[in-house]
Amino acid sequence: MKNISINWKDRIIPVIFIIITLLFLTLFLVLPLAAIFVEAFRKGVEGYCASFRDPYAWSSIRLTLVTAAIAVPINVVFGVVAAWCIAKFEFRGKNILITLIDLPFAVSPVIAGLIFVLAFGRQTTFGGWLIDHDIKIIFAVPGIVLATIFVTFPFVARELIPLMQEQGILEEEAAVSLGANGWDVFWKITLPNIKWGLLYGIILCNARAMGEFGAVSVVSGHIRGETNTMPLYIETLHAGYESVAAFSIATLLAALALVTLIAKTIVEWKVKRERMVDNS
Amino acid sequence: MSIEVKNITKRFGKFTALNNVNLKIPDGELVALLGPSGSGKTTLLRIIAGLEEFEPNQNADILFQNKSVVGNRIAERKVGFVFQHYALFRHLKVFDNIAFGLRVRRGKDRFSRTEIRNRVLELIHLIQLDGLENRYPDQLSGGQRQRVALARALAIEPKFLLLDEPFGALDARVRQNLRRWLRRLHDEIKLTSVFVTHDQEEALELADRVIVMNKGRIEQDGTPTEVFHHPKNAFVMDFLGSVNLFHGRVVSGQVVFDQPLEGKQTQFFVRPHEIELLPNDPDGAGFPATIRRVQLAGSIAKIELTDRNNKEIFVEMSHEKYLLYQFGVADTVFVVPQKTVVFEEDYSI
Amino acid sequence: MKKHSVLPGFGLTFGITLAYLSLIVLLPLSLIVLNTASMSFADFLKAIGSKQVIASYKLTFGASLLAATINGIFGFIVAWTLIRYKFPGKRIIDAIVDMPFAMPTAVSGIALTAICAKNGWVGSLLVPFGIKIAYTQLGVLVALIFIGLPFVVRTLQPTLEDLDKEVEEAAASLGATKFQTFWYVIVPSVLPALMTGFTLAFARALGEYGSVVFISGNLPMKTEITPLLIVMKLEQYDYAGATAIAMVMLIASFVLMFFINLSQWYARRFSN
Repeated sequence: MKNISINWKDRIIPVIFIIITLLFLTLFLVLPLAAIFVEAFRKGVEGYCASFRDPYAWSSIRLTLVTAAIAVPINVVFGVVAAWCIAKFEFRGKNILITLIDLPFAVSPVIAGLIFVLAFGRQTTFGGWLIDHDIKIIFAVPGIVLATIFVTFPFVARELIPLMQEQGILEEEAAVSLGANGWDVFWKITLPNIKWGLLYGIILCNARAMGEFGAVSVVSGHIRGETNTMPLYIETLHAGYESVAAFSIATLLAALALVTLIAKTIVEWKVKRERMVDNS
Repeated sequence: MSIEVKNITKRFGKFTALNNVNLKIPDGELVALLGPSGSGKTTLLRIIAGLEEFEPNQNADILFQNKSVVGNRIAERKVGFVFQHYALFRHLKVFDNIAFGLRVRRGKDRFSRTEIRNRVLELIHLIQLDGLENRYPDQLSGGQRQRVALARALAIEPKFLLLDEPFGALDARVRQNLRRWLRRLHDEIKLTSVFVTHDQEEALELADRVIVMNKGRIEQDGTPTEVFHHPKNAFVMDFLGSVNLFHGRVVSGQVVFDQPLEGKQTQFFVRPHEIELLPNDPDGAGFPATIRRVQLAGSIAKIELTDRNNKEIFVEMSHEKYLLYQFGVADTVFVVPQKTVVFEEDYSI
Repeated sequence: MKKHSVLPGFGLTFGITLAYLSLIVLLPLSLIVLNTASMSFADFLKAIGSKQVIASYKLTFGASLLAATINGIFGFIVAWTLIRYKFPGKRIIDAIVDMPFAMPTAVSGIALTAICAKNGWVGSLLVPFGIKIAYTQLGVLVALIFIGLPFVVRTLQPTLEDLDKEVEEAAASLGATKFQTFWYVIVPSVLPALMTGFTLAFARALGEYGSVVFISGNLPMKTEITPLLIVMKLEQYDYAGATAIAMVMLIASFVLMFFINLSQWYARRFSN
C-alpha cells in the first residue's frame, strides 16, 4: 500500500513493455522452436522414428560428430593459448590481435566456405596437384572440417579473454613466487579459475561446429551418405519435401541448442556467484 | 640473510619510479619501507622479489647474502612474498593454499605427503588458525586471510619475507592486533623481513629500521628513534608526524619570530608537542596567537590556534599542563617553540 | 614491445596464436583479395554490377538495415524489460534470447518457413489480409530479425545494468519529467551500446545465409540475397564471379567491423 501516490502512467509502462517483450519473443523465438517439434511429430512417434531408419540420416549424424570432434579440440587448445597470451601479458598490437581473432565472426559463412574452395579447389594449381595425388579436400570431409574450424575459431578465445583479464595475474604471480613453473601455474591456478568460462566456450564452439550450414554447404558438394552433415542433410530432405524427416533430424540439433542455452544459464549463474564471493 | 640493493633505477614510460636507489638490509631485521603513494616503495619490493625488472645498468645489482641474484628467476630466489590483497588461491582450501609451494617442488627436493601435512599443520598452528584448514579463503575474515598469506609464504622456508602493505586492507582494530602479532612472530622466527607501508605509525611501532622514501629516492634510513627525532630533511620530518612550519629570522644566533627586519629569513619546523603556550612572553621568544579550538578527548590535550596572519598552529600538551593555565577558546596566548629544526633547503607543506 | 612479466609462456603462446591465426584465417581470407586482384577491372565491375547482383545488394542491405532497426527498437524494449521489471518466467525469457545464437541456421530456416508458410501458424492468419511472408522479401526480413535479435539485447543489457539508478533519481529530484529523464539521461548513456548492437546485428544480417535461403524461396531478381549469389556462381564454376562478389561483401564487413570497434572504443572512453 506504500505506492499509493504512484499514478497510473507509472504502472502502465512496465505492463506495456512486458507485453511487447513477451509477444515479440514468442513470435520470433518460441513459435519457431515449437514448430520444429510439432512438425517432427506430424506423423506421430512412428513417423518420427522412421526418419532415423534411413542410413543417410545416420551417416550425417556420424559426420557431424566427427567434424565437431576434430574442430572443437583444436580450437579449444588455440583459444586457451591465445587467451593466455592476450590476457596475461601487456604488449603492443594487442587490440589488433583481438580484432583479427574476431574476424571469422565478421565474415559471411558463405565466404568462409569460398576461401577454402579458392585454396584447394580443382581450378587452382595446388588443387589440381592434390587431385592428381588423390587427396580430396573440397567436396570431402577435410574441407568440411577446415570450414568448421574457421567459423568456430573465435568462440573459446572470446569467452576466455575478458574473464582472464578481469582475474588479473595476482594469483599467478603468487604461485610463481612460491616456486611453481609455467605448467603448474596454468593447471593448478589459472585453469581452476576459468573452468566455467572455458566450459561455456567449448559448448558454444561445439554448438556452432555441429550446426554450421553456410560454410560447410559451399565446400561439401552435398554427397548423400558421404559429405552431408546434419544441417546439410536437413536441407536435402527439405528440398525433397520430406518435411517430417527434415524436422526429425532438426529436433536433435534443436535439443543441442536448448542444452547450450541451459548450460549458458548455469555457467553465468556460477560465474556471477563466484564474483559475488570475491567482492565480499 | 642480508639484502643489498645497488644503483637500481626503474622507469614506467616517462615516470621514474626508482631513481638510483642504494640500500642495505642487515640479517634478521624487520625493516619498513615507508613513503607516500608513488614514492616507489612497492616497486622496490617487487624488484627485490624478482617480480619486476629494473633498468639495465652495469653498476646495478641486487645481492642476497653478498651474492648477486640478478638473472635468477623468482622461484630460485626463494623469497616469501605476501601480496597486498593476499592473492590467495580462491579455489583452494586454507590447507592447500599453504601446501601449494611444497607441492610444486620437483625432483630431489620433493616432499612426501606426511612431510607436507606436518609442515602445513605446524604453520596453521603458528598463525593460530587451528581447525580452519578446510575453509576456503572467502570464508575467512580479512585478518585471517592475511595470516594464511603469511603462512603460505613461510611454507617454502624463504630466505626472507617481503610484505606489500600487509595491513592495508584491514580495519583499524584488526590492524593493531595483527601488527603486534607480526612483531612477536618476527621476534620468534628471526626472519629478515621487509614490509611496505604508507602509515608512519605502523612503521615506527613495528620496525627495527625505517627507510623513508619519496619520489623514487631514499630520503633517510635509520632506527625509528633516529628518523623521528633526527629527521634528515623537511620531507621526513613532515611525513613522520604532524609538524608546524614557522617563518622567522635568526638574529645573533637566536630564533626570532616577531621582528621581521634583521637577519636571514628561514623556515622552522616544530612538532606540536614541542611548543609551550604561555599567558605572557617576557623573553620575546615567541609570538601571539588566538586559540580557536580545544580538544580534550584523548590521552593529551590538542589545541588549534591561528596567528595574526591567520596561519594555523597545532599544539599538544598533557592534560595537567593544560589545566595549569586554564586557556579557553578566543584567548590570546604566546606560542613559544621549545625545539626548532631548520633544514637548509626550503620546503613547503 | 612487451612489458616485463614473471609469468612464462609469452613467446610460445604469442607464436602459436599468430601462426594458427595466419594459417586458418588470414591466409585463406587473403586469397579473396589475391584472386580479385588478378581479375581485370572491367571483369570485376561486370561481376559485381550485373542486374541480378545489384538486385541482391538492394535486398540484402535494405532488409538488413530494416531488420537491425527493428531489432534496435524491440531489442531495447526487451533489454529494458529484462533489467528493470520483475515478472514470472523472466529467467527463461532471458535465457531464450540467445536461441538464435545457439540454433543451427538451417534449423531456424525450416522452422521459420514452416510457421510463415500459407498453412503455417502465422502465415495462415495473414492469408485473409493478402499478406504473404514465406517466399517473399518479407520472409527475408523475418529471418534477419530472428538472427540479429540477440545482438542488440545482449550489448544493451550490461550497459542498462550499470546505469546508476541514482542518476535517474537525481534527475527526477531536479524536476525532470519521466520523459525528460529518459531522453536526456538514459538515451545518451546507452546510445553507444545501442549503436554497437545495431551494427553487430546489421553485420550479421548482411552475411546470413542458412536461415534466409529456406524462407526466401530464392526467386530470381526478387528474393535472392547476395551470399546466395556467391553460392550459385560457385555451383556454375564461376570462381571469378563468386570471388568478386565476396570481395564486395568482405569490404562491407570490414567497414562495419571498423565502426563496431570505433563505437566500442567510444563507449569505453565514455564510461571512463
